[in-house]
Amino acid sequence: MSAPLLQRRQARLAYAMVAPAIVLILLIYIGPMIAVVLASLTDYTLISDYWEWVGFANYIKMFGDAQFGNALRNTAVYAAVFLPCAFVIPLWLAISIQKRKQFRSVFEILYFMPVTSTLTAMALVWSALMDSRQGILNEWLGNIGIGPVNFLGSPEVVLFSLAGISLWAIIGFNMVLFIAGLTAIPRSLYDAARIDGADHPVDEFLRVTWPALAPTSVFVAVTSSITAFKLFDTVAILTQGQPAHASEVFLYLTFLEGFEYFNMGYAAALSVFFLGVIFVFALIQTLMADKAAE
Amino acid sequence: MSDLTHTPDLSLTDRITGALSRVTPGRIIVTLLLLLGAWLMVFPFLWMVSSSLKPTSEVFDSDFTLWPKTFAGWQNYYDVLVTQPYLRYLTNSMIVCVGILVVQLATAVPAAYALAKLKFRGSTILLGTVIACLTVPINVTSIPIYLGLVKAGLLDTYLSMMFPFLVSVFAIFLFRQFFRAYPDSIIQAARVDGFTEIEIVLRLILPAAVPAAAAFSVFSFVSHWNDLYWPLIVVQSQEKMTATLSMMQYKSTFDINYGRTFAAATVVTVPMLLVFLFARRAFVRGITMSGVKG
Repeated sequence: MSAPLLQRRQARLAYAMVAPAIVLILLIYIGPMIAVVLASLTDYTLISDYWEWVGFANYIKMFGDAQFGNALRNTAVYAAVFLPCAFVIPLWLAISIQKRKQFRSVFEILYFMPVTSTLTAMALVWSALMDSRQGILNEWLGNIGIGPVNFLGSPEVVLFSLAGISLWAIIGFNMVLFIAGLTAIPRSLYDAARIDGADHPVDEFLRVTWPALAPTSVFVAVTSSITAFKLFDTVAILTQGQPAHASEVFLYLTFLEGFEYFNMGYAAALSVFFLGVIFVFALIQTLMADKAAE
Repeated sequence: MSDLTHTPDLSLTDRITGALSRVTPGRIIVTLLLLLGAWLMVFPFLWMVSSSLKPTSEVFDSDFTLWPKTFAGWQNYYDVLVTQPYLRYLTNSMIVCVGILVVQLATAVPAAYALAKLKFRGSTILLGTVIACLTVPINVTSIPIYLGLVKAGLLDTYLSMMFPFLVSVFAIFLFRQFFRAYPDSIIQAARVDGFTEIEIVLRLILPAAVPAAAAFSVFSFVSHWNDLYWPLIVVQSQEKMTATLSMMQYKSTFDINYGRTFAAATVVTVPMLLVFLFARRAFVRGITMSGVKG
């Protein structure tokens, strides 16, 4: 068979193989992304069929909207509690567990258990454990003379409690990523550092582990940030943004505007903002990954 | 004789002193922290299963016992599985997750092979689009997709529950990386031997893709089983309710019957705990493939 004929045949086959995927990508990603940008320039609501172009009115409304500011602030507070813990605790766990000969897999299994479990169901368990009057957490705190804490009902505490539940769910996931990163570090790097006089564990960590782990760290930091920005399930089932909008986070507000109040145009503008935030995270990841690879 | 009885004793004491000399305050603290953390990870599961076996009056008893004082397990699980439609919910979740997975694999494997091994015009653009779509979550495109499904009269159908996930750009990317590592020389040799491209895919590439496909399958199944956001938007009737969505019945106010509530939560979580027990390694491989090596 001649080379051009083979190539033409290959190309024809290739198109047949990618066609279903292309059609679905157009229907599920490209089309809706264009549509969401266009919808954000209208005052469309599902309730009435009449709509018109409103330019950037939805975006202007967004930046003046007290609920939007409140949701961003709540998300930021939640992330400020959640992110450092979601990074440092799994890193410490990965290092401590990886060094162990006995019980290593037992610890791995126990810490990983929450990751696959259904968070929506486990959130109900957490809300029972966190109950302000009869919950077992308050009983434990009472034994050491603290509390009772109204974990989910107090505006000052609710974001911390939600961050706690999210941490419980994500620690094992990030730990597994760190363990994979640690196992990929060649032993020879540690031997070389020892010859150079790094014998203390802290020394070893700073001179070998931390730099060699940089690509994993960037990945964990960025994916955890996106996870923090996507907080939804526990809010939807436990607090619905209450008390007094104190747990109304960004994605929950977008959901309310779109699917409870049917303000599709405004919700579309919020979605475009969300896409922008995700894009910034992706950009940071690419830039930092390039730097980490050096 | 005395030698024979003495030698093991000596080595035992040696081992004990050896082990004791390695026990430092630092190591004890680390071990205690690891154990405490593991207890916090597992306790919600123990509490949930324990409560599902208790009568309502005992769930919030101030002296918590792991095993119920009055056993109400049969009644609670009978109520959930027979009186309430939980088997229906579980079946719905199963249908949706399996449907999504089958279409995802059927569209991603050929597309990934074409991108990895065949030359065709537009392949770079397609790959770029796939990578760009990797960062776009369903929350951004949900409004146009929802409106499209409303216009098509498809709300509250299995198709609408599966639709946004029928193509997985993550799977296409993952399999493409995997296929690229497959040696070209073998494919060339097969072509010379008169294999058609389709035979090459079916007989050489597919068997080689099994580990990656297994890892992805577990990952996909778990994430769609646990998804709350999309079913919350498109499901309207009891008949189409998924197991995870059914937990929303208990939002803010519990079923008066606490024991039954946690029996329901257990029933919803158990399939994912089974996945965890039997496919943990595949799941972990899925995560690490996505991140560290991707």
